[in-house]
Amino acid sequence: MNSNQSPAIGPPANAPVALSESARMAGSPAIVDFRLDNGLSVVVIPDHRAPVVTHMVWYRNGSADDPPGKSGIAHFLEHLMFKGTKAHRQGQFSDVVAELGGQENAFTGNDYTAYFQRVAKEHLGVMMEFEADRMTGLVLTDEIVAPERDVVMEERRMHCDADPGAQLNEAVQAALFTHHPYGVPIIGWSHEIEGLNRADALAYYHRFYTPENAILVVAGDVETEEVRALAEAHYGKIKPRGEPPQRDRPQEPAPVARRLVTLNDEKVEQPSWQRCYIAPSSRTAEPGEAEALEVLAHLLGGGQTSLLYRSLVLDQRIAVVAGAHYMGTALDETRFFLYAMPNPGVTMETLDAAIDRILAKFIADGVDPAALERAKTRLVADAIYAQDSQAMLARWYGSSLATGLSMEDIRQWPTRIEAVEPAAILAAAKKHLDRRKSVTGHLLPLEEPLVA
Amino acid sequence: MNAPIVKPAASRAVNVQQIETPRGVKAWLVEDYAVPLLSLEFAFKGGSAQDPPGKPGAATMLAALLDEGAGPLDSQAFQQALDEKAIEISFNCDRDYLGGRMRTLIRNVERASELLRLAVNAPRLDEAPIARVREQLSAGLRHEANDPGSLAGRTWRARSFPGHPYGAPPNGTLESLPKIQRADLVALGRDLVTRGALHIGIVGAIDAARAAALIDVVFADLPASGVLADVADAPFGGIGTIETIDLDVPQSTIRFGRPSLARHDPDYMASVLLAHILGGGTGLSSRLFREVREKRGLAYSVSTSVSTLDHASFLHGGTSTKNERAKESLDVIAAEILDLSRNGPTEEELDKGKKYLVGSYPLRFDTSAKIAGQLVHIQMDGFGPEWLIERNRLIQAVTMEDARRVAKRVFGDGKMSVSIVGRPVGL
Repeated sequence: MNSNQSPAIGPPANAPVALSESARMAGSPAIVDFRLDNGLSVVVIPDHRAPVVTHMVWYRNGSADDPPGKSGIAHFLEHLMFKGTKAHRQGQFSDVVAELGGQENAFTGNDYTAYFQRVAKEHLGVMMEFEADRMTGLVLTDEIVAPERDVVMEERRMHCDADPGAQLNEAVQAALFTHHPYGVPIIGWSHEIEGLNRADALAYYHRFYTPENAILVVAGDVETEEVRALAEAHYGKIKPRGEPPQRDRPQEPAPVARRLVTLNDEKVEQPSWQRCYIAPSSRTAEPGEAEALEVLAHLLGGGQTSLLYRSLVLDQRIAVVAGAHYMGTALDETRFFLYAMPNPGVTMETLDAAIDRILAKFIADGVDPAALERAKTRLVADAIYAQDSQAMLARWYGSSLATGLSMEDIRQWPTRIEAVEPAAILAAAKKHLDRRKSVTGHLLPLEEPLVA
Repeated sequence: MNAPIVKPAASRAVNVQQIETPRGVKAWLVEDYAVPLLSLEFAFKGGSAQDPPGKPGAATMLAALLDEGAGPLDSQAFQQALDEKAIEISFNCDRDYLGGRMRTLIRNVERASELLRLAVNAPRLDEAPIARVREQLSAGLRHEANDPGSLAGRTWRARSFPGHPYGAPPNGTLESLPKIQRADLVALGRDLVTRGALHIGIVGAIDAARAAALIDVVFADLPASGVLADVADAPFGGIGTIETIDLDVPQSTIRFGRPSLARHDPDYMASVLLAHILGGGTGLSSRLFREVREKRGLAYSVSTSVSTLDHASFLHGGTSTKNERAKESLDVIAAEILDLSRNGPTEEELDKGKKYLVGSYPLRFDTSAKIAGQLVHIQMDGFGPEWLIERNRLIQAVTMEDARRVAKRVFGDGKMSVSIVGRPVGL
């Protein structure tokens, strides 16, 4: 039950990766997709190495679909989905999962909400029975909703309110997206969470929790036909609503003003620097552009041999760490991050200027062919490494499909990475690493009185 | 659909081969050709508990420097060599061991083992990376200086293991890191990175003969043993008292714990089961989850588990709750612990807890790296591969009578060592 906050600074632990042609030839599993009559999408990822399955249901709605003034409702509903249905009392599903030795959880992102269980393979049908049941049968009372809202407030206090770094991240996103709801935290703003109630949760539930809006992903020791039969038996009996729900989101106007957001807090002893640019996502980008941004992020800030690390940390010695990350998996225009932590005594202004110089020099000098080769090798190899984890594959397919990509897009991704030309990388850098499209964030200790 | 509910363990992991290389290095191997990669995990016993007096952080610093240049390759050259073949090599440090891992596509296994051989046998420990890693660790310490979770954990360990290496911060302090010099790291490496202290788990598309050859290339030339400091068993301190660290945040972050049973105590698995019943699992069905979160909305997370180090075993847990309700949360937790001590778990709790722990064991074996890691930990715990079966048999054998008896041993009078960060009201 997490709010999957957008990566504040730095890449997520397991950045999404893809299977390459070579990976598939090397023996990757045959991944199959199909649709049930009621519109539910199904993906099957066979992995026969251990007698376990990962069962996930993804809904194509997330925090960016929260109605105005109701921030946090997607995430709050995700919590409430564990509260029982007409058929099953509160806690019964979790009890069954625990009793079967399974693991379960759920998470909410900007663009999706997902529920999963990991169990021994013979229990897949039982998981489907419960998960299908709560797609339509949720029962909520005020007695259940009120303490759970307190839990969410505690979650917010734990992850955001006590952490100035998290507070700065929220402020940077809010400044970057002036109109689009990616600027609102997934967990919601405190003053709006406090007002969320049973009626809000049920209205949101009835709007989005439909078979047409859901993606079932099953990874593990299963065969396609077995999954198809089980899915039809359990999910197939849910009545279709006709059309999938629409995601109506106000879009961001073209940004024209670079912004600086500074947070001073007495708890800060290590300053940090970040910059976040608005950039196209895998879904909104021109052909090849998202792949170019992926490679660009790796060249600029993917590990110790990257340009930012070498320049800021090794050569100039003004930062202790530095990196970059492209958040390509998003339905709408998304984010490209740069981040650094200064060495003691180095000012934010010094970092700002140094990073601007590095970017300008990169664009002027062009791409080092050896570095490009290494970046591609790494990105494509990650696809093979991903095959070692059914849970990671399930997440990758689910998140890609829920943000508007097709199975073919996912399959093609490594081939497209291999095809990225230096010119495309430079074009992407020139177009998108434009300071007018960015917010820079400074996290600093308390130095002076807040009120002059 | 009529397969048994309880699997002995993941199918791949039960096929452990114990190998001994031509040069006498031992390892556990699981052959698996489904994905063309290799995961190697290893650990040297000894770890931050071996930090020189007054220099906490030294072993962590050493671990962080082993992939920062070795043999003829300086730091950048080493990292580029890894990148060229997408080879992953990294090191980590825990209280009782210094660990490492390597992951590679099987087609690059020879280059990977050559780079790992250099890192393990000939780390350069150049002054520039030493200075940089010192700054990085220092930045990490400053970054978490006022993080409630880190602060509460640090405080809890220091008060629970006073004067013992386990009470010291494994990442050092802003005062200790500058004192750690190259000579300290070289000496520590000589004593820690030895064949005698080594345990290896290897999983992937490789047969026993090739695995043995690889292991000999990497590890056979290490010295037989080093000089490790004697670490005493750690007495547990701070019982029955609360230490509060004032921090201006809306929430109180709480850590609590008390001594528990040693790894080879015959009742150990029963103690694991009891900690699970109290506050374990994925957390959605434990006693504390029900009482603290579900019924009262006091916290987002609350959990307990047991930890066993070589010289200390303890039950510990944590939660975060708003300052006004910190006392209520602690009272609820204390009451549940005391109730378990007096009355033991219910039949239903015992039954469900056993089913969970037994049934979830295979989930620890679903990736090559996780299997390799498990193989190393089972060896370090002093068990043979039969533990993969024995572990679940021991859990299933716990009777209600055992559970009640062991609950008294583990939870006793219910008194805890507690640390709180925040501004708790009413304590």
